[in-house]
Amino acid sequence: MSAANPAQYRNVDALRTGLSRRKMLDQVFVLIGLIVMLGCLVILAILFIDLVRDGAPRFTLDFFTSFASRHAERAGILAAWVGTTLVMIVTACCAVPVGVAAAIYLEEYAPKNWFTAIIEINVTNLAGVPSIVYGLLALGLFVYQFDLGQSIVAAGLTLALLILPIVIVATREAIRSVPNSIREAAYGLGATRWEVTKDHVLPYSTGGVLTGMILGLSRAIGETAPIITIGALSFIAFLPESPFKSEFPFISFSWLNDPFTVMPIQMFNWVSRPDQAFQSNAAAAGAILLGMTLLMNGVAIWIRYRFRKKINW
Amino acid sequence: MSESTDTASSAAARKGQETPLQKDASGRTAHTPKISITVDDTRKVRTLNVKAAVDSLNFYYGQHQALKNLTIPIADRQVTALIGPSGCGKSTFLRCFNRMHDLQPDTRYEGSITLHPDNLNLVGSHVDPIEVRMRIGMVFQKPNPFPKSVFENVAYGLRLRGVRNRATLAEEVEKALRGAALWDEVKDRLPDSALALSGGQMQRLCIARALATTPEILLFDEPTSALDPIATAKIEELISTLRDQVTVLIVTHNMQQAARVSDYTAFMYLGELIEFDEAAKIFTNPSKKATEDYITGRYG
Repeated sequence: MSAANPAQYRNVDALRTGLSRRKMLDQVFVLIGLIVMLGCLVILAILFIDLVRDGAPRFTLDFFTSFASRHAERAGILAAWVGTTLVMIVTACCAVPVGVAAAIYLEEYAPKNWFTAIIEINVTNLAGVPSIVYGLLALGLFVYQFDLGQSIVAAGLTLALLILPIVIVATREAIRSVPNSIREAAYGLGATRWEVTKDHVLPYSTGGVLTGMILGLSRAIGETAPIITIGALSFIAFLPESPFKSEFPFISFSWLNDPFTVMPIQMFNWVSRPDQAFQSNAAAAGAILLGMTLLMNGVAIWIRYRFRKKINW
Repeated sequence: MSESTDTASSAAARKGQETPLQKDASGRTAHTPKISITVDDTRKVRTLNVKAAVDSLNFYYGQHQALKNLTIPIADRQVTALIGPSGCGKSTFLRCFNRMHDLQPDTRYEGSITLHPDNLNLVGSHVDPIEVRMRIGMVFQKPNPFPKSVFENVAYGLRLRGVRNRATLAEEVEKALRGAALWDEVKDRLPDSALALSGGQMQRLCIARALATTPEILLFDEPTSALDPIATAKIEELISTLRDQVTVLIVTHNMQQAARVSDYTAFMYLGELIEFDEAAKIFTNPSKKATEDYITGRYG
């Protein structure tokens, strides 16, 4: 350092040429980023527009209220969207409580040792396991071992397993974003660990938890492989039993054991038909499924925005 | 040390502490130890009760010993300041009083902090840290209100204690906010988010939150280090008024602050107590060279 001429770095002309080159690089990066981002958006938009155009003639009320049929123009997605909705309810009801509880335990309670480190690594890795593997596991465990059959509950549990790591990871992130000073404040007033969790940590991370839940469900809603593996029907002309009854106790869970189909399977079934008319059914169902996913993601973004606005550390 | 009529030196303070503590160990009805203080203008000596007696306290983070054999009496309803350079263990010491260290794994206490008059060893392994925290409040370095309403912030400690009655809650919240000199500023904003308050108001809200449950000792961990001078002055004024109702223990980096607010001052260095005495003595005529060097700004 001492050998360098101190005036060397004060040559204003050199500074300016250097600076303009650096700023140009900055611009180049912005340009690359913009191109890549627009490229992705355009591809998605083309896909969506293509689906909507192909499926346009099928966007009628009948399409939503008809069962599958041998005649393309009479076929609808009633069984599929009802099945998807019910499976998603089961998935959410299983994955969210278990995932949130696991995340709370790992973040707030578990001692930091090699055992929890192994669990953490495995949870993260599970998020990357191919969904067909979950399907095989579910086939052996839920369908045969627990004898649940090809039912809504089996599918719901399978997808719950699949998104559990997503829910856990998202919830942990959300919990970690609650500053430690808040925990200290509550502990300082004499709160127990559970009181700190239920009164502070959980309420302040609700936005992140809900976002994780919806992102997980968005993933689950489009999954086909594990559902096919456990043997969901692809042609079905009846609905699961209604959860609401006219006589006491007014609510029934027998729909859990009913056979079902879901949107992606219905689509897959139509795509594999040679008749061109079914292709437009598949496109319409695809557009609707995509719409459902976008809607769920939109809700996730809105929730996150609401909570961020309310709690700003 | 109650016998010593002139200002007690730190050595005398330590010696005086031993007798009552030994009695405590043998008999249940141990009397509260005393500590003397010189009344400013008259030079007369008053005798005060000791609220908490720290005796040969050692504290370890794993293998590392952070506090070494501390013995300090904390006078009842007086302000005791802990000063010393960064990393000398002031905050670590303060956090022993409400067992904050128990939240971290691999920490260990030795010795005792005896809370008077009921003779409870705050750092005893059989003593529930949550009970300790319910009796000893704390205000932290950075204002840390909950992202809830002003009202709920102050009410939280009461809710933990099972208070459900709305009228009682409202009354206690008002009392605490008045006690923290914040009531007039927030009385119309009780349902608003506490995060909308200014930094100084937030810190006074944290003080109100701690006061609401009428703690026996209130710990302040550098409460003004994140605040501007005006907010700092308000907090200091508040601490001086709190003296009448609660024993205050304050860690501060700012020597002028310690001189302004404290009745007793302990100077710590590298986890050890160098000198403990009345604030007036520490800041005018310290008996240790190291204290004098620190106070006159030669290091730290």
